[in-house]
Amino acid sequence: MTATEVPPAEARVLGTRLLRKEDPKLLTGESRFIADLVVPGALHLAVVRGTVAHARIASIDAGAARAMTGVVAVLTGADLRGEWAAPMPCAWPVTPDMKNPAHYPLAVDKVCYLGDGVAVVVAESEYAARDAADAVVVEYETLPAVVDLNDALSDRVVIHDEIGTNKSYVWELAPDPAAVERAFADAAHTVRGHYLQQRLIPSAIEPRGVLVVPQPFGGDFTVYSSTQIPHILKVMLAVTSGISESKLRVVAPAVGGGFGSKLNVYPEELLALALAKRMGRPMRWIEERSETPLSTIQGRGQIQDIELAADADGRVTAARVQILADMGAYLMLVTPGVPLLGGFLYGGVYDIPAYSFTCTAVFTTKTPTDAYRGAGRPEATYAIERAMDELAAKLGVDPAELRRRNYIKPDQFPYTAAAGLVYDSGNYEAALDKALDLAGYADVRAEQERRRQAGSIRQLGVGVSSYMEMCGLAPSRALASLNYSAGGWEAATVRLLPTGKVQVVTGTTPHGQGHETSWSMIVADRMGVGPDDVEVLHSDTAVSPYGMDTYGSRSLAVGGVAVAMATDKVIDKARQIAAHQLEVAAEDLELSGGSFTVRGSPDKTIPLGAIAFGAFTAHNLPDGMEPNLEASMHFDPPNFTFPFGTHICVVEVDTETGSVDLQKYVAVDDCGNQVNPLIVEGQIHGGIVQGVAQALWEEAVYDGDGNLLTTTMIDYLVPSAPDFPSFVTGTTVTPSPSNLLGVKGVGEAGTIGSAPALINAVVDALSPLGVTDIKMPASPQRVWAAIQAARTGTRDGAPTISDGATAGDAWRSAGADEAPRRTDDPTAGGTVTPGSPATPEESEEDR
Amino acid sequence: MRVSMTVNAAAGEHEVEPRLLLVHYLRDVLGLTGTNIGCDTSSCGACTVHLDGESVKSCTILAVQADGAQITTIEGLASGGELHPMQEAFRQHHGLQCGYCTPGMVMAAVSLLDEHPDPSEAEVREGLEGNLCRCTGYHNIVKAVLAAAQGRLAAGGATPAPAPSGAASGAAS
Repeated sequence: MTATEVPPAEARVLGTRLLRKEDPKLLTGESRFIADLVVPGALHLAVVRGTVAHARIASIDAGAARAMTGVVAVLTGADLRGEWAAPMPCAWPVTPDMKNPAHYPLAVDKVCYLGDGVAVVVAESEYAARDAADAVVVEYETLPAVVDLNDALSDRVVIHDEIGTNKSYVWELAPDPAAVERAFADAAHTVRGHYLQQRLIPSAIEPRGVLVVPQPFGGDFTVYSSTQIPHILKVMLAVTSGISESKLRVVAPAVGGGFGSKLNVYPEELLALALAKRMGRPMRWIEERSETPLSTIQGRGQIQDIELAADADGRVTAARVQILADMGAYLMLVTPGVPLLGGFLYGGVYDIPAYSFTCTAVFTTKTPTDAYRGAGRPEATYAIERAMDELAAKLGVDPAELRRRNYIKPDQFPYTAAAGLVYDSGNYEAALDKALDLAGYADVRAEQERRRQAGSIRQLGVGVSSYMEMCGLAPSRALASLNYSAGGWEAATVRLLPTGKVQVVTGTTPHGQGHETSWSMIVADRMGVGPDDVEVLHSDTAVSPYGMDTYGSRSLAVGGVAVAMATDKVIDKARQIAAHQLEVAAEDLELSGGSFTVRGSPDKTIPLGAIAFGAFTAHNLPDGMEPNLEASMHFDPPNFTFPFGTHICVVEVDTETGSVDLQKYVAVDDCGNQVNPLIVEGQIHGGIVQGVAQALWEEAVYDGDGNLLTTTMIDYLVPSAPDFPSFVTGTTVTPSPSNLLGVKGVGEAGTIGSAPALINAVVDALSPLGVTDIKMPASPQRVWAAIQAARTGTRDGAPTISDGATAGDAWRSAGADEAPRRTDDPTAGGTVTPGSPATPEESEEDR
Repeated sequence: MRVSMTVNAAAGEHEVEPRLLLVHYLRDVLGLTGTNIGCDTSSCGACTVHLDGESVKSCTILAVQADGAQITTIEGLASGGELHPMQEAFRQHHGLQCGYCTPGMVMAAVSLLDEHPDPSEAEVREGLEGNLCRCTGYHNIVKAVLAAAQGRLAAGGATPAPAPSGAASGAAS
């Protein structure tokens, strides 16, 4: 399974379903999350947030609030303006001319989205802080909201006066535009897809929070934050606060899920630090769930236009993609880069020789977007996989067969894609075959046909989705070419302690991924010690000074590999000591079961524990060797990794009510070698649910005035257990040649594969009725409307579509005068676009 | 107002604001931070505890409403250094990742088996509808609860009552 040198099979820990070390503390309530940390004397913060989406701040009256019991201070954006050495950071200026309006923790002159902070209350208790926040009176001069992306592009209302436009950037990837033109000119078939990626609220079950503790002397601060990125946060806090980086220690305690939403630098983190510095007391802020959709980034938010050219056999010859991406009101840490992470992948798993991609990014008066599980890659996969189904329908070919025809073949790897990336390894057909088998594909198709013939009210739909993603973020030079302001390496230190126990320090920051278990397994596997003899330290910049943290399915493929490499360095040094003490050549020693033994002389052996103690006493080391057994590794990966798979789902759609019932879900994923299949499966399960949730239920809904209508978990439909069947999972194993573990990454795979599988299935179920597309989320109302629209179209020849765009050209042609306006009434009639597929009445802003 | 209640077998009495939520009483007054807060609309179930043997979302009731009650929180479930069988089942089946929903999910699951000792998969899923998890996709949680049910039946039908919460669990079964 792996091409690298490995211990004998009987010693292997890798690949076993070892139970997690993390669990007992979490199961008993012993783990400490941010809200569980109690520091004597801490003051509590509450942020006063704007109540309109776009307005000038006319006045702020905090008099009543200041007079309330327990209130220590109320400070406005103007009061704190002098605290910031720099605006809030955006680390990804994707183009030299990208527009990035200055963004401070509290707004000063105007608010640009609902929830923009205008003041902060400091109080003796959480209850007092929130009471006082409600008592702050802010008068606004309301400005028009900018909700629709095409409206934003028109600059009808410019949100940020200082940049004079709502357009942040245009980013183009077109290695050979002429080849794309030729492919379309020569095409036997073309299809165009116009898809909406609705905004999503990441909804980690733990809300965010921060606690900043000033140390009594020396001007040092400890920042506890519910963050995925303590290391990056430390750098950014130093830059924005002006406090020396060496005086900041950032700790991520137990973190209750992130999914990208805690991969950021947030106003409250800066406020707590600035106020702790200013007032000399610990500052604590805990997010309320009803604040989350306003105070924490949202995901997705794109309008996608994809065109495929194909030859007579359905082999795709070119993909041409244009997207309009919603940045929200400001650029957060990696907001502008998220669409680019998908920008290379709209060709999917297919051997497509010509490719072009353009992303236009606009500001709106909505919560900023940023990375949410998959970050650009689910969007890309959705577009290509929906378009492949549209092509299959056009050709009358089974969707699985069309995919098989177009896959990059195993012997083509490493495969240089038209978009420029070099895919490390893959065997897409093997994953498809396994998924078809597990799904009972032929039987399901037979049942589908039976129901179609019978005219059943409950139609079956089968959805196929093959995905590939880039993980292992990232080769630092590749990031440089994308203008990302950081590297993609990861750090690890491994120490064989005097008692024979192993201490691992990692720069990754797990928050549910089980790194303590998996990193222990990697070390145990290589050293021959027990996983319980390995302790993994993380998420504290005082303990692990170097790290690039956890996101983008990078932790194993970069951080885990760094741990393996550091382990090997320790083993190499231990081998030298063993050779010295046994008076043999190092190459005559073999490491097995935690001991070095002389080949051919099993009685000449020395356990690692004895070597460790010897390295500690330093009584008898080779000349010139430093004491102790410790090694560090800063691993910069040579390439991304490219996990892949095929997901197949079966849905039953009630054609009278529009309800969709997910009956079967099969996922076959290939993430290279697996360290712990138990953890891999868990990642897949959770990912599937988040992708299905986008397809069927979740959407951040804004009204025309920029008010968010889904601010609670009552309105925003995070699914629960009864919404799903148990899943059928399978794997294939195609090791990555890019790292010594042969691993790829799996954290986002489920989310990437699932949304297109679901929508493909729903459309498949309804295709006999003439439905060719359903916008996400495919709510019963929307499905029902699609059925009605298709029927009406058939009967009356008057399909309506008012999403403001004909595939591919609406946003390009939208000028100030002709910009499609968002309608407040979702059922209002729209323009008729001859030849367009019948789709339910939609505003472009994907309600 | 004064409230008195027995939490994990320890009796206590405190002066509280009338508006204090039970979850804040448990966390802030008693320091039992195992019970988590995930929302403010009683949607997520992270704060589920047992009140007189029944599972309740401790953000939906006031501390004063629990006056005189027997409360069991996640801290009261394991005993003698041994995980409760439901906790052990979650561990065996990888029914948790970040672990934030876990205390509430486990408490809800224990209560579920008290009411339905031999549930079908569908009944487990319905029974946990009020508890949201964003990590596991519920798959392994459901597996864990079904396995715990089987283990409980094999052991004679009742989960051994952990010492600190004996009274509360007993009331439910």
